[in-house]
Amino acid sequence: MPYVAPEQLMKDRSEYAHKGIARGRSVIGLEYAEGLLFLAENPSATLHKISEVYDQIAFAGVGKYSEFEELRIAGIRLADMRGYQYGREDVKARDLANAYSQALSSIFTQQMKPYEIELLVGEVDGETDGTSIYHILFDGSISDEQGYVAMGGHAEELGDVLRDRYQAGWDLETAVRTAVQALATTPETREVPAEQIEAGVLDRTRTQRRKFRRLTKEQLADILAP
Amino acid sequence: MSDPLQLPTVGTPFGASPSFTELLRDQRPEALPAALTEAQPAFPVPHGTTVLGLKFDGGIVMAGDRRATAGNLIADAKMRKVFAADEYSAIAIAGVAGTAIELVKLFQLELEHYEKITGDRLSLEGKANRLAQMIRGNFPLAMQGLVVVPMFGGYDDRRDVGRIFYYDATGGRWEEDDYQTNGSGSMPAKNSLKKRWRPGLTRDEALRVAAEALIDAAEDDSATGGPDVARGIYPVMIVVTAAGAEEATEDDVRAAVEAVIAERGGAS
Repeated sequence: MPYVAPEQLMKDRSEYAHKGIARGRSVIGLEYAEGLLFLAENPSATLHKISEVYDQIAFAGVGKYSEFEELRIAGIRLADMRGYQYGREDVKARDLANAYSQALSSIFTQQMKPYEIELLVGEVDGETDGTSIYHILFDGSISDEQGYVAMGGHAEELGDVLRDRYQAGWDLETAVRTAVQALATTPETREVPAEQIEAGVLDRTRTQRRKFRRLTKEQLADILAP
Repeated sequence: MSDPLQLPTVGTPFGASPSFTELLRDQRPEALPAALTEAQPAFPVPHGTTVLGLKFDGGIVMAGDRRATAGNLIADAKMRKVFAADEYSAIAIAGVAGTAIELVKLFQLELEHYEKITGDRLSLEGKANRLAQMIRGNFPLAMQGLVVVPMFGGYDDRRDVGRIFYYDATGGRWEEDDYQTNGSGSMPAKNSLKKRWRPGLTRDEALRVAAEALIDAAEDDSATGGPDVARGIYPVMIVVTAAGAEEATEDDVRAAVEAVIAERGGAS
C-alpha cells in the first residue's frame, strides 16, 4: 500500500461521504408546541426515512437507505433491550445518539468506505415538556440542536430559511406548512406535492405510552391544502 | 449492560430478525426468564387463577378475577391476569404468577419490536402462532405441568372479526368459536358461560356474562376471588373491537357485577 497522509485520507473520505449525502433529499426536524416534527421529502411511500424507536424517541436518516436502515434497526434493538433489562423510562435519546456517534466514528476511520448518511434522534419528555434533538454526521460528530434542524442535500440553505422563519410555540399545522415551504425553496423554487412528503411526530398529547405517530397522506393533504 | 455504548450486532446473515426473544437469547441469554425445570416448584408460589374470553357482536372480551394464591394463602387480592398485548389484542394468563407476568412482558415486547423493525403490525394469526412458539421455546416444561397456560384474543382487521385462541399442554394452538375459560375455576366458569352466552351479545351484555361466570367460579373454587364490593376490587376486563383494545372502566365492570348480584337477590 502506498503511503497516504492521514490528513489526505480523512479529507478524501469526508468528500466522498459529503458527495453521497448531497445527492439525496433533505429531512427537517422542528419543535412545535405539542412535540417534535420530522418531515422529509420522500418519493417512496413505503421506504421510510422517519421511524419510531421507542416510547418517546424517533429517528430520521438521509443518504444511503441501506446504511441508515441498518442503524435504525440497531437503534431499535438497543432501545428495546435496554428497556427490557432496566425500565422503560431509562431509555434515553442521548444514549442512543452516543451509540450512533460511536458506531459512525469507527466506521469512518476503520472501514473501506465511510457511511454516506446523517441521522437525527429526537425525544420528547412528557413530564418536563422538554425536547431534545441530536444530529449525528457521517464521521460520528454529534451536535445538540434547539428548535429546528435540517440535514441532507441542501441542509445549509434550508437551515438559513428555517433560521429566518422559526418561532417557538407553533401548532403542528404551521410547523408542517413551514417545513414544506422551506423544502420548496431549494435547490430552486419549485412545487413539492403533498404525496411526496413523509412526516412523523412525537406527540406529547398522545395518551398512549408510544408517542410517535405518522401523519397519513390524507392528514398531510388536509394541512397543505391551499 | 456491560458495554453500554456499543450497538448490538447488526443484522443476521440475511435480513434483520424482527424477533425480540431471539435478539435477547442471542445477546443477553441471562436476561431471559429461566425455563422452569420442575413441573411444579417445591414450595408454594403465587398462582393466578381464573381467566376467560368470549366473543360478542363486534369484538371480544377477556376477563380475569383478581386473586393469586400461594398454597392455602391468598398471596394477592388485586392481581392482574389480563393485559393488552398491543393495540389490537389481549392476553390472559392463569398459572404461576411470576412466570406468567414475565411471559406477558416478553410477548408484548415481541409484538412491539416486530412492528417497529418491519414497519407493519403482525396479523392476528401471526401473533397467535408466535405466542405458541414462544411458550414452546422458553417454557418447555411449563406447559406440561400446566404452570403457565395463556389465552389470546384480538380483533382480526383483515377478516373483520374478533377471535380467541387457547393453547394446550403440547403448545398446540386452537381457535375457539364462542368462549373459553382457563385456570383453577375454569370448570364452573365454563358451565356458567354455557348457559349465559349466546351469539350476537352486545358489549354490555358480554361484560355482564363475563362477570357472572367469574362470580360462579368464585362460588365453587376457593382459589378464585369474587368481586369485593366493600373494598372496591372488581375483575379486570379488556374489550377488543375494531377501534382497538381498551380496558373496561371500573364503572362499567361494577355495573355488570351489580346487575348480576341484584338478579340473584343481593347475594354474590
